[in-house]
This record gives sequence, structure tokens and C-alpha cells, in this order.
Amino acid sequence: MNMTKKRNGSEAKSMFSQMSASILVNAVYAMINYPIVLISTLLAPFSFLIVITFVSHGTLAPIAIGGALIMSMISSGTSLQGDLSHLKNDFKLQDMVVSSPTSSRMYLIGMALSEIVYSAPALLVLAILAGIYISASAIGYAEIILVMAIMFIFSISLGFLLSTFTTDVIQSWAFTGIVSTILSALPPVYYPITYIPLPFRYFAYLSPATYAAEIVQSITGLVQFSSQTLAIDWVVIIAVAVAMAILAIKKSRWREI
Amino acid sequence: MGMLVVDNITKKYEGEKYALHQISFSIPSEGIFALIGRNGAGKTTLVRILATQLEATSGRASIDGIDVTSDPEKLRSEIACVPQEARTVGWLTPRQFIVSYLLWRGFRYAEAKRRADEAARTLGIHRYMDSTSRKLSGGTRRKVLVAAAVASGARILFLDEPTTGLDPISRGDLWRTLMYLKKKHFIFLTTHYLEEAEKLADKIGILENGKLMALGTLQDLRDKAKFPYSIKILSKMTVKKPKDGVLVKGIDGNYQIATTEKEAYRISTRLIMDGVRFSMNPMNLDDIFYYIVRKPIEEDEYDQEEKW
Repeated sequence: MNMTKKRNGSEAKSMFSQMSASILVNAVYAMINYPIVLISTLLAPFSFLIVITFVSHGTLAPIAIGGALIMSMISSGTSLQGDLSHLKNDFKLQDMVVSSPTSSRMYLIGMALSEIVYSAPALLVLAILAGIYISASAIGYAEIILVMAIMFIFSISLGFLLSTFTTDVIQSWAFTGIVSTILSALPPVYYPITYIPLPFRYFAYLSPATYAAEIVQSITGLVQFSSQTLAIDWVVIIAVAVAMAILAIKKSRWREI
Repeated sequence: MGMLVVDNITKKYEGEKYALHQISFSIPSEGIFALIGRNGAGKTTLVRILATQLEATSGRASIDGIDVTSDPEKLRSEIACVPQEARTVGWLTPRQFIVSYLLWRGFRYAEAKRRADEAARTLGIHRYMDSTSRKLSGGTRRKVLVAAAVASGARILFLDEPTTGLDPISRGDLWRTLMYLKKKHFIFLTTHYLEEAEKLADKIGILENGKLMALGTLQDLRDKAKFPYSIKILSKMTVKKPKDGVLVKGIDGNYQIATTEKEAYRISTRLIMDGVRFSMNPMNLDDIFYYIVRKPIEEDEYDQEEKW
């Protein structure tokens, strides 16, 4: 019994080490060695937020803040795709890690968490702004966090899936461009969907970010959706995230064939 | 004594020719084993299969009794690999790189730091441990990668072309390190510097077009070549076949004659009299390599009527 406990304890420590390696390499050391990275990651989600807030004379600020929270989760996935490709194809670091006791699961969980750590400064500022400008109940804030978590699972699964197809950095950039357009430019994350002219509005529903945005926008109280629409929104984002996660797990091969 | 056993390993990528075709060999897992061959011969494919990064299409392999194909997880704590074209991560210092690699291998932070410093001293890179990688020379960066593998404590090291692109001084420096490391580690090395294999390896394998052409000590390979002397003809001329020996066309297009000592003396005298530029030496690994992977000589390429 004691031996099993000891082994489990040492395995847990080992797993913690493995996860922390990804977080250190992909986030912490980059920020420590190049402080400019910290400034860049802090500013990234604010560009659209500032534009929308100014153009709407502040009326859409709560929606734009909610949108920035969603987008920071989605951009984690696109960053993960680029980072995995970079470490695998340019540095051959993934091959070094494969020939080691690390499991693919630990490597990927660590890399996914590193994206959160990387976004942490911006998320902190956005969370403070959300607390000030979004007047929601505790359940409302919990729902926003849940939507963010679901979008995070979706985007990192997508990022991982795409990284398995890329063999060099040019392909990786191309994927990032396409995914960013579909997931961030198309959907009305920073403003209400009614601002999009009708024939184009349907295209917005191709992106799961639109459904996530509808939930967050309804929590802000500035846009009203029927309970039926919101139920569909929840079903869609959960289904898409689960499907993408299953696909990514199925596709993942630590050892190439 | 542990063994590396490769049994009928074949690798065929989809829609492509065989990268490896029915490779079989067995060697003690100690000292340095050098696998030599041209670019595309299949060296990296074999390393990646043995280092559990790539699945073989068929066949089996084991190291010290641990099956590479069916039990890769068990093997991974015993091996460390520095892949071909691996680079240190630009935004990390060598210390951060090695410590992170050791954390991935499951070491706790304090232990990883201690091991990183120890390996850095072994490899002579302790002075550079806190500079960012981009400020280091190519040789030092390669040493950082080797130091990471050494710090892991893995007994078996796969080093895929570790000296490619290094200047002769850095290369010599890394050779000395490898000679030191082989006391404690089994090093599976690939290279296309034949001199490197000759200097470092206890056993050498020659791979050509996915097939293992020869395997053994340098002396075994010399014996395989049958003839002790090599004459390389550097002038463009119509060559003749030797009376006792083999005419070989090297990869560089030069003709080479592998022959006996007596014949080498006779042919070289003729060549001097004819004013032909040539070089002559006892068979080294370069010559053996040419001899083993030689191209067939077409009939119209030499004078069929006359012999040297």
C-alpha cells in the first residue's frame, strides 16, 4: 500500500515536471529572456476592443471585452499550432522529447497550458475590465468562464490537429492565416451579430466563435437572444469542442508512421 | 553484455521507394557504432526507428533485450537522441534548454539543474550556460544538445550527424568529447565524414540505398575490400583494368584501383612515366566506402584491350 502510494506520488511529481517543462520553454523563459514578448502578449487582444469601444462611443465596451476574452482563448489554439510546428520542425525538439519518458499527453497538456500562461497578463487585465464593465451575476461570470474553457478546448484541439499536418513554418503560417480569418474575422465576437448584413450573417454561423459570442453577449444584457437560441449555442460549442478533441486524440501519433 | 539486434527492419514511406530494406545486424551495445552512408542512404530513418520516433514497416529491433517496436515506453528511459538538424531553442539559454529537457524526462527542478551543470562541465560549455543560444557558435550549440542527452543519464545515445556543419576545430573538439563519453555510454552515431567513423568507431556499418552493405571493425572492412592499396586517378584519361585488382568508379567520378602492394608499385611507376596525376595510399575508410558502394563500370568507360 505504502509502496503504491510512493510510486503514485513520484509519478505525479514526474508528470508535474513534464508539464512544467512545456510551460517554461513555451511561455515563461520567452517572457523572462525577452520582456518585449510580455508587452506584445499584453497588447494583442486590445486592438479590436479599443476600436469597437471608440467607434461605439463606449456603448459596446462590455460586448467587446467579452469578445476579447473569447478571442484570447481562440488565439491560444492558433498559437499552439504555430508553436508545436516550430518546436517540431525547426528545432527538432519534439523528436528529442519523443525519445524520452515523456508521454504525448503530458507534452500536449503542458504545451496547451503554456498558451494560457502566455496569455495570462492580458487575461488578467481583461478580467479586471470585465469586472468593471460587465454587470453580471455570479452565475453569469461562471458561464463566461465556462464558454472560455470550451473555446479553449476547441481551439487547442484544432491547433494540435493542424500541427500534425504541417511539415514546415510556411505551411504553419498558412494554416494560422486561414484559421484566424474563419475564427476571428468572420464571427461577430466584438459586436452584435445584427450589425452584419443579412446574406453574410449566415457565414458567421460557420464559426463556433459566433455561438460563444452570442452566449457572452446575452450575459452582458446588451443583446437579447431567445432561450432556444442560447440552448442551441451551448449545444453547438460543446459538440464542436468534443468532436474536435476526439479527432485530435485519434489523430495524435507520438511515433510517426 | 547488452546487444543491439536489428532483425529484418524494412521501412517504406507511402508512394516512395524503400528507405530501408531488410536490414539485419547484431552488435554489442557498447562503445561507438558509426553508421556511414551518403545523404538519403537511410541512416536517419534507421536512427529514428531505433530511437522510437518512427515505426518500421516490418521487422523487429531490440536494445539490451528491450523491444523497440513493441515496448518503446520501456526503452525511452534508457535512450536519448540528438536528431539530425536539431537546434537549441533560440530564446533559451543552454541552462534553460538542458533543464527543460530534463524536466520533460521527469527529473525534479533541483536535480535537473545539478545534472545540467555537471554535463556542462563534462562538455566544457559551463562558461556559456547563461548566454542566449543565438549568441553561441555552431559547435557550442551542438555541444549543448549533446550535453542535454548526456545529462539525462541515458546509457544509450543516438547522435544523428552531430558534427555536420562544424569547422574542423569544433569537430575535433566534439570527437574528443565523444571518445570520453564512450566509456560510460553506447553511442550510435551517424555521419558522412568517413574520417570521423575511422577515428571514433569501434564498429562501422555502411548503408547504401537502404541496404546494409558492410558491417564490422575497420579491419573487418579492410579485409572485405580484399586489396590493401588504393590508387586514385586524378587526370582525365582512358583507364585500364588492373591485372590483379578491381577498377572502381568513385562517387566523385574519379577512377580508383584497389590492388595488391606489388601491383600498386608497378601501376604507379607506369602512371608516373605517363605523367598521370594520381594518389596512392593504403586502403582507408574512404577507399573502402568507394569500393563497397561502387557504381558498375560501363564497358565503354575503359580500355578493354589493354591492362595496366
